[in-house]
Amino acid sequence: MRALSAEEVSGLRARFPQAFGAPPAVKLARGVLLALVIGYVGYLVYKLGFISPTFIAGWAKLGDTLAKMLPPSFHDSQSAHDIPIGIVETVAMAFLGSVFAGLIAIPLGFLGARTVIGSPIIHFLVRRVYDFFRGIPPLIWALIFTRAVGLGPMTGVLAFIAADFAALAKLNAEAIETVDAKPIEGVRSAGASGFAVLRFGLLPQILPVMLGQALYFFESDVRAAAILGIVGAGGIGRILDQSMRLLYWREVGMIILLFLITVALIDFGSRWLRRRLIGGTS
Amino acid sequence: MSDDAVARFEKSFGAHQRRVTLQAIFGWLLFLACFVGALLISNVTLDRLIAGWGKLGDYVHLMLPDLARAHLFDDVHTKGSIAYWYYGFPKWAAEIWQSVEMALLATAFGFLGAFLWSFPAARNLGVPRILTWLVRRLLELCRTVPELVSALIFVFAFGIGPIAGVLAIAMHTTGSLGKLFSEVHENIDVGPVEGVKAAGASWVKLMRFGIVPQVLPNLLSYTLLRFEVNVAASTVIGVVGAGGIGQDLRKWIDFNTPQDSFAMILMIIAVIFVIDLTSERVRTLFQRGRMI
Repeated sequence: MRALSAEEVSGLRARFPQAFGAPPAVKLARGVLLALVIGYVGYLVYKLGFISPTFIAGWAKLGDTLAKMLPPSFHDSQSAHDIPIGIVETVAMAFLGSVFAGLIAIPLGFLGARTVIGSPIIHFLVRRVYDFFRGIPPLIWALIFTRAVGLGPMTGVLAFIAADFAALAKLNAEAIETVDAKPIEGVRSAGASGFAVLRFGLLPQILPVMLGQALYFFESDVRAAAILGIVGAGGIGRILDQSMRLLYWREVGMIILLFLITVALIDFGSRWLRRRLIGGTS
Repeated sequence: MSDDAVARFEKSFGAHQRRVTLQAIFGWLLFLACFVGALLISNVTLDRLIAGWGKLGDYVHLMLPDLARAHLFDDVHTKGSIAYWYYGFPKWAAEIWQSVEMALLATAFGFLGAFLWSFPAARNLGVPRILTWLVRRLLELCRTVPELVSALIFVFAFGIGPIAGVLAIAMHTTGSLGKLFSEVHENIDVGPVEGVKAAGASWVKLMRFGIVPQVLPNLLSYTLLRFEVNVAASTVIGVVGAGGIGQDLRKWIDFNTPQDSFAMILMIIAVIFVIDLTSERVRTLFQRGRMI
C-alpha cells in the first residue's frame, strides 16, 4: 500500500469536503463559542465564591464530617425506634400524595385533552393552569402548607398532591390525546354501549400509562419527602435536621444509609411493577 | 379431534382468566393494605385533607396583594400599586439571577463530571468490568442522595451560600447525566469506531474521534433538559441555606409575610417557565443538528 500524494489528497478534499473536517470559518466559530462558554463558567466560578479560602478549607471539613459518620449507628434506643418509623412515615407521605394526585389527575386528564374538550380557548386555559401548578416545586408547596395547615405529615401529603396533580394531569391528557382510535372503533363495531367502549376500547390503552406515570411520581416523591421534614412537614427530614443540629454524625450517617436502602428497594419494586403493567407492549 | 382442541383451548383460557383475576384481586388487596396503612401511619383522614385545601384557600387569600385600580401604576410608596407590592423586586431579581447562575455552573460541573465518568460507565468501550461496576455504583450514589440532603452537609462544610448549592446540584447532575450518557455510548454505531481503530488510534483518540462526534448532540440535549430541572432545584435549595432565592423565600414564609412570599413565588414560576421555553427551543435546534 502506498501513501497518497499531496495532489491526490487535495483532489479528494475538493470532491469530499465533508470528510476532511469542518472548514476554517466553522472551526473558528466553534473555537470562539467554546472560549466564551469556558470564560463564562470561569466568571461564574469566581462570582459564586469558589475562589476563596472557605472553599479550600471546606473540603477538609467535608472529609472530616463524612469520616465522623462512619460507622453509622443510632445515637440511643429512642432514635433506634424513631428513625425507622420516620422513614415509614416518609414513604407513607409520598405514597398518599401520589395516590391522591393520581386519582385527581384522571378526570383532570380528560379535561386537559384536546380530543375531549373541543374548544381551543378552554384547552389553552386549562393547560396554563396546569403549568402554573407544575411550576411550583414540592418544597415550596410544603412551606406554604406549613403556614396554612400547620406542621405534620399531612402537610407533606398536601404538598405532594399540589405539586403532582397538575403534572400528572398534563401527562394523562397527552396519553388520552394520542390514543389509538382502532380498538375503540373495533369495540364500537361489535355493538358496545358507551360505557363498554370506554372500558374495553379506551381504558386498556391509557390505564397502564397513567399508573406508570403515577409510579414515577411516587419514586421521585419518596426522594423529595426526605427533606420536607426540614420545613416541618413530617417524616425523616425532621429527625435528620435534629441530628445534624446536635452533631450526631453517626446517626446522620445511619439515617442517610437507611434512606438510600429504602429508595433502592422502592425503585426496584416500582420498576418491576411498571414492567408488568406495560409488559404486553414492550 | 376438533372438539378436543376447542375443549383444551377453553380449559387453558379459563385457567389463564382465573390466574389474571386472582393476580388483580391480590394486587388490589395489597394496594388497599398499603393505602390504609399509610393513612394510619401519617394520621391523615379524608376530611382533614379536604379541610387542608380549604385552609390553603384562606392562606392564598392572605397571599394576594391589595391592589387598588386607581393606584395600580403608582410609585413604591403608594399602597395598592404593583410597585408597592413588588417593593423588593431589585433584590429578589438579583437573588433569582443567582439561582440561575448556580444552576448554570452546577450544570457545567455536572456535565464535565458525567462526561468523564460516562466512558468507564459504558459496558461496550473496552473498560475493565470491575471499573465499570464501580463507576456505576458511584453514579448511582450521586443521584440517589437527594440534592437537599447533600446540600445540608455541604452547607455544614462550606458555610451558608451558593457554593453548597452548586456542589449539591452538580453532584446530582453528575449522577443522572452520567447514567444517561453511558446509555448513549452503549447505543452507538460501531462503524466509525472500527474505522478509527483500524487507523491505529489509542483508546483516548478512539473515544475522541470514534464516539464523541456521534454522541455529542445527544449529550448536549440531555444536558439542556437537566439544566431546566436544575433551575427549579436551585430556586428551592436555598431553603437549607445553600444560596439563591430560596434562602430569602424561606425567611419571608417563616416571618409570615404572605404577600412578599407570593410575589417571590410568582417570580420563581415565571423564571422556570421562561427557561423551559428557551431551552426547549435550543434543544430542537440541537436535535436538528443545526448548531453542531
